[in-house]
Amino acid sequence: MNLEEIEVALGRTRSKVEGWGMSTHSESVVRFPESVEDLKELFAAARKDGISVAFRGTGCSYGDASLNDRSLLIDLTRFNKIKSLDPATGVLVAESGVTLEQNWRQSVTQGYWPPVVSGTMYPTLGGLLSMNVHGKNNWKHGTIGEHVQSFRMLTIDGEELSCSPEENGEIFHAAIGGFGMLGCFTEVTLKLKKIYSGNIEVTAVGIRNLGHMIAWMDQHREDFDYLVGWIDCFTAGKSLGRGELHAARYVKEGADPDPKGTMRLSYQDLPSHIMGVFPKAWMWRFMKPIVNDFGMRALNAVKYHSSCRKQTRGAGHLQAHAAFNFLLDYVPDWKKAYLPGGLIQYQSFVPAEKARETHGHLIQLCHRSNLIPYLGVYKRHKPDPFLLTHAVDGFSFAMDFKVTAQNRGQLWDLCHRMDEVVLEAGGRFYFAKDATLESENAHRIWPAEDLQKFARLKQDLDPQALLQTNLSRRLFPEFQTQPSLVASEEG
Amino acid sequence: MTSKFKNALLIGASSGIGAALARCLAEDGTRVALVARREDQLEDVRRGITTAWGQDRARVYRTDVTDFDQAPALFQKIDEEMEGLDLVIYCAGVMTEGPEDEYDFAKDKLVVEVNLLGGMAWLDQAATRFEAKRSGAIVGIGSVAGDRGRRAYPNYHAAKAGFATYLESLRNRLSRHGVQVTTIKPGPIATPMTEGMGKQPLMRSAEEAAQKIHRAITKGKMTAYVPGIWFPIMFVIRSIPSILFRRMGI
Ligand SMILES: Cc1cc2nc3c(=O)[nH]c(=O)nc-3n(C[C@H](O)[C@H](O)[C@H](O)COP(=O)(O)OP(=O)(O)OC[C@H]3O[C@@H](n4cnc5c(N)ncnc54)[C@H](O)[C@@H]3O)c2cc1C
Ligand SMILES: NC(=O)c1ccc[n+]([C@@H]2O[C@H](COP(=O)([O-])OP(=O)(O)OC[C@H]3O[C@@H](n4cnc5c(N)ncnc54)[C@H](OP(=O)(O)O)[C@@H]3O)[C@@H](O)[C@H]2O)c1
Repeated sequence: MNLEEIEVALGRTRSKVEGWGMSTHSESVVRFPESVEDLKELFAAARKDGISVAFRGTGCSYGDASLNDRSLLIDLTRFNKIKSLDPATGVLVAESGVTLEQNWRQSVTQGYWPPVVSGTMYPTLGGLLSMNVHGKNNWKHGTIGEHVQSFRMLTIDGEELSCSPEENGEIFHAAIGGFGMLGCFTEVTLKLKKIYSGNIEVTAVGIRNLGHMIAWMDQHREDFDYLVGWIDCFTAGKSLGRGELHAARYVKEGADPDPKGTMRLSYQDLPSHIMGVFPKAWMWRFMKPIVNDFGMRALNAVKYHSSCRKQTRGAGHLQAHAAFNFLLDYVPDWKKAYLPGGLIQYQSFVPAEKARETHGHLIQLCHRSNLIPYLGVYKRHKPDPFLLTHAVDGFSFAMDFKVTAQNRGQLWDLCHRMDEVVLEAGGRFYFAKDATLESENAHRIWPAEDLQKFARLKQDLDPQALLQTNLSRRLFPEFQTQPSLVASEEG
Repeated sequence: MTSKFKNALLIGASSGIGAALARCLAEDGTRVALVARREDQLEDVRRGITTAWGQDRARVYRTDVTDFDQAPALFQKIDEEMEGLDLVIYCAGVMTEGPEDEYDFAKDKLVVEVNLLGGMAWLDQAATRFEAKRSGAIVGIGSVAGDRGRRAYPNYHAAKAGFATYLESLRNRLSRHGVQVTTIKPGPIATPMTEGMGKQPLMRSAEEAAQKIHRAITKGKMTAYVPGIWFPIMFVIRSIPSILFRRMGI
């Protein structure tokens, strides 16, 4: 069906929808179900007319993972009730459109924090599970999927499945990280982390280069709960990969003299003004004139030198959980400083022993192409039991690139050259961030039998191959082929 | 490889300044042998280095420096396994806490054994071989505390002063044989040793200290205060007559 026919069939007009990075756009008919019944109705309509369907949470995936150009997009943000939070165990039961922000706001006052969070508090539980997100604590506490006790998922056929590691275990391990290809998460049961203070203790270290970053992280990984590095991507030579590292640990029981006070929402809330004066909502407008090579080179250098001066000398400092975890949310809409072209994030995951060489090589390739990331973020990871996991026993490097009408082709070429280097090293990519990968290379990430297993599950749960996104069409065109049609064509 | 040194031995490399210094050297291409008592901690330091720069870059050996008799054989073993050391750094040290009216010989003995005698036991080994080879570098981590006897830590001040003087003698003996001897005198550095002490004046992180020490060693300095600002400060403090110093309450 074309978009005009879908508009008629669903009685709604199209809207323009974009990926979080504002560099990919689409037109879709968007529907906002509020209950499982609403969802079932939409699924029935899709089945009847063979309309392809994609799910969307808050659209925080940088690229095209939650877009479905010229078809139906089901936005789950109104499917957002917290059903229960057990104060004794910290088990949260919630609809899949509940955001991390709703989650922590409800749980922090009761002494619980989400066990794994992304760098922004706006994603939904459905989005977090679909991408199996990692936090700055990945090497230690795993991905979000490892804290999910169970979920309910509605298949496109209208059947609601209960899944846990024990019940429908195969589906459990494939749907988490399954980028919305197997069905719609409806309800999620998540075990939260008990905390004994609203603060965590943070140590800051000035980092000379990439090797220093890796060595420091791997030496201290037993001592901390969170490790995250910032990298100034503009420097080369001995300072290639210089930056700053933040290491943090949970405050132990009894160490906070006023846990009730620090776990109050007013204590956690990010300040609305910068230096008490400037409304933060204006900030991106001030940033816009410096979001170019010249300005960002200077900003990165200033940040590096100030972080060296301000590094921890003695005991770490205390910081609220929200402030530490959601630093990127400090400046609302900061991404708009990248307009009109938007941004992409290139995040590669590389086995530990190859990380310094490989990620160093990526920065050099950027320099050679004269396309320098304005922000670089470094993290430590570990493998997990999910079928299409992006995590490896190693390090990830996330690079934010500004996209312009002039550099787009060159930037995509650079990413393809970097793909080769990463895949050669046995590295992986992450669909929540990806915008540039090519199908052939996506198939090199996982062993063929794992991809076949996933494809088989998809055939079982979505026999008409209706669940699609722009990303799935770009990377796995074979998932869109109805097996029945292939069989009859071949026959 | 850009380093002046191929194979270094660091005694007291399981935490603090020694661990950070081992990373600086490894980063420059030097292979490092890490020695101390706590094996877990040594393993952590080794893992960091080998993940970043390759399996070959670090090895660990466990010893207690107060088992003086172990030093010769272990030194020999490390020298062989590392295929010839050209840099030996003694950074093992302890400091004991106690009130100002305490005189506890057990503590005094421990502090002298770790900070001074252990240093002699290990650096004598280095001196013997380097003198014969007519090359190599010996480094001792002393302290600004060795420049003056304050009220706070009589044993530590004495041990560090003794160690600095020992290193000076080594230098006087060995420089004519082409062997470098460097005395490092750090001010307060944020490491496990100073954890309970709170904020100290001009305190630096172990990373900052290590980088400066590394530079001083590479440049072949005889003595280096870390950070450098302690040189003029200690110059002034050393010049204060004893009669005044004792009234200053420090
Ligand atoms: C500033 C910023 C920082 C970030 N930091 C991190 C980070 O530190 N670590 C990390 O791992 N990620 C990070 N991300 C990525 C983000 O966490 C993921 O993209 C996440 O999936 C976004 O959730 P969402 O609700 O916005 O989902 P969307 O982007 O809307 O959708 C993501 C995927 O989930 C599917 N989906 C959504 N809801 C459902 C549902 N109910 N059932 C089935 N499928 C569904 C969609 O089809 C799509 O494939 C960051 C993103 C931003 C913008
Ligand atoms: N921190 C400061 O402010 C400061 C200032 C001036 C000078 N210094 C000197 O710098 C050096 C390093 O200290 P640091 O601050 O880095 O403290 P640290 O982290 O406590 O390091 C001390 C090192 O010495 C080792 N050590 C102690 N006793 C030992 C023993 N019996 N046998 C073997 N190894 C032993 C420790 O290892 P194990 O415990 O694993 O054995 C550790 O590796 C010391 O000589 C210290 O006196 C420190």
